[in-house]
Amino acid sequence: MIEIESLTKEFNGNTAVDRLTLNIEAGEVFGFLGPNGAGKTTTVRMLTTLIAPTAGRASLLGYEVGRDDREIRRRVGLLTETPGMYDRLSAWKNLIIYARLYEVENPERQAEKYLRMLDLWERRHDAAGTYSKGMKQKLAIARALLHEPPILFLDEPTAGLDPEASRMLREFIGELRGEGRTIFLCTHNLDEADRLCDRIAVFKSRLRVVDAPSNLRQQMYGRQIIFHLAHPADAYLPTVADLPYVQQSQVEDGKLLLALEDPEQHNPDLIRRLVNAGAEIQFVSEARRSLEEIYLQLVQEEESDGEN
Amino acid sequence: MEKIKTIIGKEWAEVFKNKLVLFTVAFLPLLLVAMPLIMLPLMGSETEGMSEMEELPTAVVGQMCAGLDGLECVQLYMMSLFVLMFMILPVMVPVTIAAYSIVGEKTTRSLEPLLATPITTLELLLGKMLAAMIPAVIVTWLSYLLFMTGVWFMASAAVFQALLAPMWLLAILVVGPLLAIFAVSIAIMVSSRVNDPRVAEQLSGAVIVPIILLLLGQSVGFILLSQELVLVAAVVVAVLDIGLVYLAIQTFERENILTRWK
Repeated sequence: MIEIESLTKEFNGNTAVDRLTLNIEAGEVFGFLGPNGAGKTTTVRMLTTLIAPTAGRASLLGYEVGRDDREIRRRVGLLTETPGMYDRLSAWKNLIIYARLYEVENPERQAEKYLRMLDLWERRHDAAGTYSKGMKQKLAIARALLHEPPILFLDEPTAGLDPEASRMLREFIGELRGEGRTIFLCTHNLDEADRLCDRIAVFKSRLRVVDAPSNLRQQMYGRQIIFHLAHPADAYLPTVADLPYVQQSQVEDGKLLLALEDPEQHNPDLIRRLVNAGAEIQFVSEARRSLEEIYLQLVQEEESDGEN
Repeated sequence: MEKIKTIIGKEWAEVFKNKLVLFTVAFLPLLLVAMPLIMLPLMGSETEGMSEMEELPTAVVGQMCAGLDGLECVQLYMMSLFVLMFMILPVMVPVTIAAYSIVGEKTTRSLEPLLATPITTLELLLGKMLAAMIPAVIVTWLSYLLFMTGVWFMASAAVFQALLAPMWLLAILVVGPLLAIFAVSIAIMVSSRVNDPRVAEQLSGAVIVPIILLLLGQSVGFILLSQELVLVAAVVVAVLDIGLVYLAIQTFERENILTRWK
């Protein structure tokens, strides 16, 4: 679906994107994470044929960037960082203009479909400039979908929106995923990436890591099981710390925290041993590291690598 | 062609919602029609005309006034200057619209989504150019029509006939639109390269200078407009137009325009 090989972009000798190589499958929601200035927008602009790569290649749906640019533009939708609507014109007029530019067969039908879907139908005749930020963002998403693109690039779709508007947009992106579209999502919102993305890439000029959020958690922290005990857990730490399948053990906030390779296999034995040692187990749960922790650790590692 | 029409429609929908732009587009033509028509009845009698005629450049009198009395000669001379001033319209009016067309998209951040559509640079720029040029040409022609209607009512038939000479028709109907293309091409090039709409308008406004010089030259008798001269001007402007439109398209660098704009 999207193949990227050693894609590089330099501006006046500064490398914004350095040999990016990625493959994104059809129907995948792919999160592209990175700090400000990491080159995320530059990457999106290259893939949407707005700017040309300095080196490397990329293809979308078999069409080559730099050779089949118009074909690519016909098949991708782009939500830019700022909505960039024509503020003096109505939402309806905005969408009709873009539907025609995207060569949509029935512009009116498509405009109506997305205005209704995004709850903007009642205010379709209002000037886009009178819309709230969240409404403008919804309108911009409608614009990106008018031509039913199989690939959708969303650059910071919920940036600056209030929680309600953000949630509505996230749900909408979730629905798009259900339609089988490939979604390339640039975001700072790690919770959003965690909820929506099949895989995420952490990017800062170059690709730092790419995997499913759950795999990243496991790679970086293993699977951690929390034992909530009726009494302070310190007394029971020696009972389990030296077991061969316990990779790491610690007491955190009075709870016993154990890193295990295969909790399904080893939890029953652990519970038995703790009960035999006199522990009163209230409940057992699995710790879920937030993507934010993973992201921050990766970015910090990147920074210390850079300094070295 | 559909995309060009869409861009034209979009530009007009935006421009004509802006009252200030509408005023700019309408004010100058109305002024240029009203001024000569107010002047005509104030020009006085034939005797006064004779004495005023003596003050006109000799070359002008020799060329224009054959078979006309003094008043008619003065009227024709004054009205011909106004017809020349109508040549300012196809330059001034579209510059107001075209100068803003690209830089305006930059300031409102609408250029990136626009360039992400399958529109070609040729389609985009032709759409923008025509959107600015068509109203200017229509306004020029309508103003000339209004002006000539006024002349028909207020001046003699001889003056009216003289102002309908092929030279003037060629100037208004052919050179006017060609000048509009000239002005619009320059305004679009400037608009693509600057980041401030005011700078775009100021720089683009400079295209009016040759017209002003022509007007001054005619008024002091330094340049005598003839059918041949207008024809040569039409050919020269047409050639320049082809070069400028080509240059505007070639120098429209999507990447630079997007990445230079912060």
